[in-house]
Amino acid sequence: MTRSTTELPVTNADVRIARYAAAAIALSVAEAAIPLPLPGVKPGLGNIITLVVLARWGWREAAWVALLRVFAASLVLGQFLAPGFFLSLSGALISLGVLALAQHLPKRWFGPVSHSVLAAFGHFSGQILIARLWLVPHDGIFYLVPVFALAAVVFGTVNGLVADYLLRHSPPRATPSD
Amino acid sequence: MKLAWHEWRAGFRPGDILVIGGGLAACVFFALTFWQGGVARWAEVRAGGKVVARLSLDRPASVDVDGPLGQTRVQVEPGRARVLSDPGPRQYCVLQGWLSRAGAVAICAPNEVSLRLLGDSSAYDTLNY
Repeated sequence: MTRSTTELPVTNADVRIARYAAAAIALSVAEAAIPLPLPGVKPGLGNIITLVVLARWGWREAAWVALLRVFAASLVLGQFLAPGFFLSLSGALISLGVLALAQHLPKRWFGPVSHSVLAAFGHFSGQILIARLWLVPHDGIFYLVPVFALAAVVFGTVNGLVADYLLRHSPPRATPSD
Repeated sequence: MKLAWHEWRAGFRPGDILVIGGGLAACVFFALTFWQGGVARWAEVRAGGKVVARLSLDRPASVDVDGPLGQTRVQVEPGRARVLSDPGPRQYCVLQGWLSRAGAVAICAPNEVSLRLLGDSSAYDTLNY
């Protein structure tokens, strides 16, 4: 057997991203088993991992993890390219945009809880936007906005606290960033 | 693993409380903005099928409308309206009392007068039974 001539060197960052993404995908899949009263309102447990990666390794890796999660979790759940996939993708993109700005907030005053709540608001804005433009082209969808906003505050706070807890209880980062 | 409350509380930084407070304020704002659909803003009075008066529900007012049987009096107060008196034999529209929801209707059929409350946008075009 001839050896492949193309080499894809795997960096430490690649391994790290893959591990975090795997954890995030597992959480997303587990979460899909929780019955929910309203479509669109869910805890978004996979985002805990995004927050941890953002705090430890920066925005670029957090974006990788979040997007890998959206694609892989939808494949696992059989939602790939279904409406739910596009809702999650637009939500993830907008919340990553929000996080890109939120990460520059002073660390002393704003922790993962702030990041989480802001990202959760970004998430539901992205979903509402796609839903309004494409899935339910009627203003009736805005009737649900207060419910989504409340869910964003509650789940955002809880996810942020969990992320902060994980950050405080995980060993200090060993591998130098590369 | 036991999770003590103080462990969780350590996750909050001063700015976080601000962000959560802002989030809750946004919820209240959204609720007030998007859940106002059922609130009536206008009272529309018709006689013989034609609109004869459109009164804002912001301030008290009353209007007298003439029909085939006589005069129907409609009274408006902030946020609600009613048919105060009507010459019709059965008085259904008067007995309905105050109307306060958008879309509510009181019809005085014998005198061909109707009172209808309108919101900012109508909840439906027609109803049939």
